[in-house]
Amino acid sequence: MRASGISALFIAAFALAIAPGAAQAAKATKYQKMVVEGSPAELFELVGEDLWQKKQGPKNASLEKCDLGKGPGVVKGAYAALPRYFKDTNRVDDAETRLLYCMETLQGRSRKEALKRPFGNANKPSEMEYLTAYVAGQSRGYKVAPGMSHPQEKRAYELGKALFDTRTGLYDFSCATCHGEAGKRIRASELPVLSDPAVARPVMATWPAYRVSNSQMKTMQWRINNCYRQMRTPQPIWGSEVVNAMHTYMMVTGKGAIYAGPGTKR
Amino acid sequence: MAGPMKARAKMRGNYTEIRVLMSHPMETGLRKNKGKVVPKHFIQNLTVKLNGKTVIEGEISQAVSRNPVFSFRVDGAKKGDKVEISWLDSKGDTNKTETAVA
Repeated sequence: MRASGISALFIAAFALAIAPGAAQAAKATKYQKMVVEGSPAELFELVGEDLWQKKQGPKNASLEKCDLGKGPGVVKGAYAALPRYFKDTNRVDDAETRLLYCMETLQGRSRKEALKRPFGNANKPSEMEYLTAYVAGQSRGYKVAPGMSHPQEKRAYELGKALFDTRTGLYDFSCATCHGEAGKRIRASELPVLSDPAVARPVMATWPAYRVSNSQMKTMQWRINNCYRQMRTPQPIWGSEVVNAMHTYMMVTGKGAIYAGPGTKR
Repeated sequence: MAGPMKARAKMRGNYTEIRVLMSHPMETGLRKNKGKVVPKHFIQNLTVKLNGKTVIEGEISQAVSRNPVFSFRVDGAKKGDKVEISWLDSKGDTNKTETAVA
């Protein structure tokens, strides 16, 4: 009798240890749903659309003729098909670096001026954040299908994939240190296993995203930059080959998802 | 300080759901920036009109987050009815938007 009593106790203790985790995950999912219901992400798209049509820069031109990969001026579905290789820049560009290219070529702005504030704050979001929200919003309902055929696109994917597992920085962290195992989280934010297509799909379908905790629209360039900051590496250069390769790797892993962004995160 | 505002109104069976997004800093007056108090600045009054008739009047305060989103349920609206939503903030600024019930 005594033995079964102990085992019953053990089972009870085990059940207790499991239950709070599951309950917490369910609560987090419910909370996430509520957060999405109250999301002002659309407002960023509206401002972004105005900026897209606004004539500015030395050439006093708008971005309406910008070629995001679907031809000049085609915004519909463009974000879901990025990053991809562009002949004119001879590199793999994501939406943001492509927007920068258009600011330089169409509007005649200097790289330095256009990149003065790539990441904004709650009081003053950046032009890039508004524009990316608008461009991304125009891809809602499109299948995520980044470039995967050109040798440079393949190279970017392979580089991103290698970087994902490369340990670096003061903490000797790689992306996989946090994003390599299911069930990990930082406070209420779950850490998705981004090397798993099933997990990557919903994530990549909802970036850029409005972050409720700090009232900001954040882009993938920022997300990758900030992950590296948290890993205590030197700050990656905005739009550099490394950042775009990471973005390519994640987008390719999430391919096939139906784009549903800009999303809302905690 | 009047950023964009967006509203939607939809028939949902026997009631109408009105949803409005507003851009506003909603400063509480308690936050400090570099040691200096950021003056309070928040939406105080919210008015929803249906075909020109006020159906909801709300007083809100600092407790509401930046870029607030509200949704309301209204009885007795029909498809095509005009919905007008406006706010007044603590500095006397206002903004409004219009939509039709879909």
